[in-house]
Amino acid sequence: MRVWKLPDDVDTDQLAPASSLKFEIEVMARHCLESVRPGCAGKVERGDVIVAGENFGVGSSREEAAAVLVYLGVAGVIAPSFAGLYYRNAFNVGLLLLTCPQASLIEDGEAIEFDARAARVTRINVSAPHDQLMCQPIPEFLLDMVDAGGLVPQLRTRLAQH
Amino acid sequence: MNSQATVERAARSRRQVDTAPSTLAQKLVARAAGREHVAQGEIVTCQVDLAMFHDSSGPRRLGPMLTDLGATLWDKNKVVLVIDHHVPELDDESRRIVRDARDWAKSLALPHVYDSIGISHVVVPQHGHIRPGMFCVGSGSHAATGGAFGAYVFGVGATEMLGVVSTGKIWLKVPHTIFMRWSGRLTVGVSAKDMALEMLGRFGLNGAQYGAIEYCGEAVQALGMSERMTLCNMSSELGAQTGLIAPDLTTHTWLAATGKQRIEVDRWASDEDAAGTFHHFDASTLAPQVALPGSPANVRPVDDLEPTRIDVAYIGACTGAKIGDLRAAAQVLAGFQVASHVKLLIAPASECDRWLAERDGIMRRLIEAGATILPSACGACAGHGQAIPEGSTVVSSTASNFKGRLGSTHTRVFLASPYTVAASALRGVICDARDVLA
Repeated sequence: MRVWKLPDDVDTDQLAPASSLKFEIEVMARHCLESVRPGCAGKVERGDVIVAGENFGVGSSREEAAAVLVYLGVAGVIAPSFAGLYYRNAFNVGLLLLTCPQASLIEDGEAIEFDARAARVTRINVSAPHDQLMCQPIPEFLLDMVDAGGLVPQLRTRLAQH
Repeated sequence: MNSQATVERAARSRRQVDTAPSTLAQKLVARAAGREHVAQGEIVTCQVDLAMFHDSSGPRRLGPMLTDLGATLWDKNKVVLVIDHHVPELDDESRRIVRDARDWAKSLALPHVYDSIGISHVVVPQHGHIRPGMFCVGSGSHAATGGAFGAYVFGVGATEMLGVVSTGKIWLKVPHTIFMRWSGRLTVGVSAKDMALEMLGRFGLNGAQYGAIEYCGEAVQALGMSERMTLCNMSSELGAQTGLIAPDLTTHTWLAATGKQRIEVDRWASDEDAAGTFHHFDASTLAPQVALPGSPANVRPVDDLEPTRIDVAYIGACTGAKIGDLRAAAQVLAGFQVASHVKLLIAPASECDRWLAERDGIMRRLIEAGATILPSACGACAGHGQAIPEGSTVVSSTASNFKGRLGSTHTRVFLASPYTVAASALRGVICDARDVLA
């Protein structure tokens, strides 16, 4: 998993610009992060991870700002804090977020792995014990939601049971 | 600012759950969760009283997902659709989005649809849908505007809204309450918008950490509903889930005018000994504030700004174009003409606000000063910034100035109160409205 490092306060207009919202997700994804890290959207590979600064996802309620990252294949976002509304939206659309107070130690381009249920990030090229970064535990039902691919697949299962 | 340090007040330990003191936010969540009491930090499931969505994140996303799931609306009487984002329709994409919203509403025979008559966060309370004690969700981060009525209202994305409209329920982590207590009274030319910017400058974009803000104190009680809505509206910029004001006689009188009688106000207040974080401010010493381009938290007192020549002065959005905002602008502009190089654009928040402003002669004064009146819709603040030339410098009464928010990423947006925007339009540079009003 390659790390793409982003600064503090990455906002929803940087993730999904307002002017691209009327289009479908392919178009939005092309403009994702262009104002903060131009060209990044075209280079992200499936399974890559975003490591950001404080308050990731601040701004509007548009869940497209989380959905574009799922579309681009981002495996998860690791940051010391997230905007509250973005946190809800991300899990709803199947994007895993890990709240990691020491996220800033991780470097751009670094290889990492994470275990969401253990709330732990492992830095591959760092020797123990400094390779382990602990994250805040995620409630079980939110982990289930991400595993299911988001709220929609989960609702489908639930409605089918009734 | 004559403000004191934060005071953390610890919760008193109580054995009896039914006597535990609660904040207003806790009481509202407890009612919706069907509980006597909820503790801060616990996760509960709430029954939703009202779900509001708009054309941008509503039908176009909800419709196909509902069909796909084979689900139906849990209670269409508790659903409100407001068509406010992609209006007036400017291109094929927006025409399609609005047409889909109308067709969907018709096919389901939705009883509460407000089509192209203003911005959801303003139109919904104006039609009496939000009352003290309710638990509501809305699309758009500025849904907390409704918290001005003593209801728990917060913004959710389209997928979460799907969960709400198909089940009537939503999960919630019971929030911590941050009390923003404003003593004293605002002075002439200073408004609720300046209070919001002052708090943003002090606490930053994530200052509230998704807690509930309760605005209180003499200065808040003295505000009319229009300004209370501005204050709650910008709670999302502070990173709060919701912003609340305990209902009182002002709330009661305003709601009575919408035809809602027998409003319960007394019950919906924080207990005196409820736990929370307390911040204190003095409204009487507050100066007009401006947020510099890039972030709503990039705040300075207007008098500390370098001379800043503007091209556009924009009074619009749910934040900054309600009747109180239009009245403030007119007070500054009456009898004057805007600077020759400045374009003053005014998009009243709703038809209702526009009508009130016409009735009181406010619209006439704005137009005589040289304002161009735009449709009552989200307009530039939702990225439909065609009216704002690329590369221009704008002073705006809206809530957000992240790069690209008003359309082009090359537009520089300063946020300020309607007083400041109007005064800046007159002088052609960002300036203190108190100099004009003096």
